[in-house]
Parts: sequence; structure tokens; C-alpha cells
Amino acid sequence: MKSFAESNFPGRLIAVEGLDGSGKSTQIYLLKRWLEAEGIKVYFSEWNSSELVKSATSKGKKRELLTPTTFSLIHATDFADRYERHLVPLLRAGYIVLCDRYVFTAFARDVTRGCPPDWVRGNYSFACAPDLTMFFKADLEVSLNRILEGRPKLKFFEAGMDLRLSTDPYESFKIFQGRILEQYMAMSKEFNFVVMDANENVEKQQVLVRKLVSEKIDLKKFKRRSPLPLPPSLLGDRDAKEELEDKAA
Amino acid sequence: MSAKKSHKFYGHGIPRVKAEDLGGKLIVVEGADGSGRSTQIAELVNWLETNGRPTVQVGLKRSTLVSEELEKAQHGNVLSRTTLSLFYATDFADQLENIILPALKAGFIVLADRYIYTLMARDMVRGMDEKWLKNLYGIAPVPDSVFYLSVEPEELVQRNLSKNATLDYWESGMDLGLSREVFDSFLKYQTAMGEAFRQLQKTYKFDIIDANRSVNAVNKELRKKISAVLDGE
Repeated sequence: MKSFAESNFPGRLIAVEGLDGSGKSTQIYLLKRWLEAEGIKVYFSEWNSSELVKSATSKGKKRELLTPTTFSLIHATDFADRYERHLVPLLRAGYIVLCDRYVFTAFARDVTRGCPPDWVRGNYSFACAPDLTMFFKADLEVSLNRILEGRPKLKFFEAGMDLRLSTDPYESFKIFQGRILEQYMAMSKEFNFVVMDANENVEKQQVLVRKLVSEKIDLKKFKRRSPLPLPPSLLGDRDAKEELEDKAA
Repeated sequence: MSAKKSHKFYGHGIPRVKAEDLGGKLIVVEGADGSGRSTQIAELVNWLETNGRPTVQVGLKRSTLVSEELEKAQHGNVLSRTTLSLFYATDFADQLENIILPALKAGFIVLADRYIYTLMARDMVRGMDEKWLKNLYGIAPVPDSVFYLSVEPEELVQRNLSKNATLDYWESGMDLGLSREVFDSFLKYQTAMGEAFRQLQKTYKFDIIDANRSVNAVNKELRKKISAVLDGE
């Protein structure tokens, strides 16, 4: 799997991975705000967000029609749609693309569900590897508590109920997340994950995230040619950013 | 029905499904629109059921899971090639797990009106990697026979026009921009599809049937070949 840089894309892709409740979404959001404030061409992309496939996915999930194979394929379809229609053009145009979850989410989930690892990897082999993948590793208990604290209603597939691990959704979710974490750890070396300590406080993690990103990517190459005038919301963000930096210091 | 169970998957197969548990027979009829596929399958079902054989039929874009969405996506021609390819694979997998595999386990004869080969050929014509497709469709069981109804593109044009008075956008490969004129595009596309099928034939060894002939002549040949497969039980 070649990265976007190795495949001569002008843009760069940064992915965050981790369990639900690991705090990765907060971190990538703060990274996005920083890059925007720096006047960098940045685009944020979420897993499972393409319009067209959404209706089929939610139908499948609602009616519990999905098997490990169709679950895997429908998410691959969804990813391909986002990849070909959004990510590739942006990366060709020299954007820094931030992905909250990337193919590794599929690898971990689908293999946990029983799909053969090389089959899944083969299906996603049209996609380049991220130029930087940060894996947010929190203690399993911490992630579970963050998600389960509010006693949310867990969805069937989200809780891994299709695996028949337990009839109790909470119990099932715990076992399922534990297995996904194992899969992530097993992939960590193969795909060069930078493992982040997600038990650390949010601000400190963000300082490290920004440091990693600026070391890995020559950010000044990704500035907008003529900087757009900043909207008030972003100007405010600059102050917030300075405050953050003060705190970190 | 014989108890002999002898199926295999092309690749990894489906999680938790053992190929040894698959009995029945899987018979595939491939060919372009206008090659007479549906007519031949209807005749075969009639013949098999009259002889007391339980049958089940599957085809492309018939899954509960995604057929509607696939239809919509095609209508607007909004999906790019990898996406469309995976969408079709999802449609195939849904029918595979919900219809084909249970029917084979129960010893039925499954008649597939197109199978993975059409999907692969379409993608190959659109520049997708054959190795990638092979891995993707490693979920499919190897059929007991595959018949490719081969018809000259010029004859296909005549048959499609006499039936519908128009040439279908996708069957003409209009998304490929081979020609702005649908007539020329159809001929070019069907020629390319024929080549892709011959390329796949090297790996998948299917039976190429000359379907430029009459319905009866083709059906006679199919019955003879299918009888041989069923007798071999």
C-alpha cells in the first residue's frame, strides 16, 4: 500500500483511528481548526457519510439484513464513492485531507466479523495509504465508559449483536470493542500507526498531534495562494488557538 | 436428488459457510441483452420443473438490500467505476447469501441469469484490474456449468431494436464515451465485451454457445449439456 506522497499526489492525507470514545474525533477537529486558521487548504471527511449509499446501509442495518460479507461490501462501496468523488480530486488539487477513520476501520471491523483479512485488504487496495495515521489508544475501560456512561441506545451492528457474543447489547459491545482493539494493535506495525496515548489530557494530545503533523508535512506548501479573508468565527479561533498554546506551554 | 456435495469457492468464500455443505446444482447463463438469456432460462425452468426438479432463479440487480439504490445510481450515472463495481458486488453477495447458498444447501437447481463474469467483463472493459476483481469475487461458488450465449454485435443490434426499438444506455457502454452515437457505441462496446469474455474464458473455462441460431436449436444444446451434468450426480 503506497501513500499519497509516494503516489505523487500533490495533497496529503492524515487519518485518525481508534475505538469509539477514544477521543480521536475531538483531536482531528482541533487539528482542522488549527490548519484552517493557518490558511491551509484542508478538508475534513468522515467515515460513512456518502449520500447515495446511505439509504441502502440504513435499510440493511434497520432490517438486520447484513451479513459479514455484505456489511463489508456496502461499506467498501460507500468508501469508494467518497474516495473517488471527494478525496481523489481534493488530493489532486493539493489539499490536506483529514479523515476521521480510514480503511483500517474496515479492516478491524470486518476481520472481527469473520471476513478473511486478505479479501478485505484486496477490496480496498484501490486506495492509497495515509501519509500519517494516528491511532488513539485509550484503555478499553476508559473508551467503554465514555460511550456507555450516558446509557445510549446501542444500534444492533454497532454493538456487534450480529456476532451473537451476548444477548445484552452492553455486554456485546464491550466484547466486540475489545476484539476490534486487538485487530487494531495487530495492524499497528504493518501500517505504521503512530500510537497516541489517548488517556493523556486533550490539550497535551493536541500539542503532540500538531507537532507530528508539522514534522511529517511541510505545511507552508499547502497554504492557499491568496489567503481568503477569515470569517469572524475563525478570527475568534485564532485567539482560542493562542490560548491553547499558552496553556500547553 | 443425490447426496453428493461437491462445490468449491473461487477464493475465500463466505465466512462460516462450508463449501462441502453445498449440494444442488448451479447453472449459469451469460450473454448480452438480446442473446436470448431470459428466454432460454424460462425454457430450462419449464423443462426442469416438468421433470420434477426444484429450481430457483437469480439475476443481477435483484437483491433486497441494494437493487433500488443501484437502479437510482445508474439512472443518474453518478457513481464512479470502483463504487459501481462494489455496489454490484454487494447486490451479488446479498443474493448469494440469501438465495443461492440456501438453495444449494437444500439441493435445488439454481439458474443464474448472469453471474460474476458479466460483472467482471464490464469492469475490465472499464479498465479495472482483473486481479482485484478475482479477489473480490472469491466469494462466489464455482458453478457446475456456465454457458455464454455468444451473438455477433450486428445481430444483437437487430434483436434489441426489434424488441425495444431503442438501445440501452448501459448495454451500449455510453458511459465510456466510445462514440457520441449510440449505434456506433453499442457495436464497439459489445465487441469489447465479447473480447473480455474470451479473456475470462481462459481462466473460468465456460462453454461458449453459438446463439446466433434459433431459440430451439440453442435450447436443445443446453438441455443436452445440462442433462449430462445432472446425470453425473
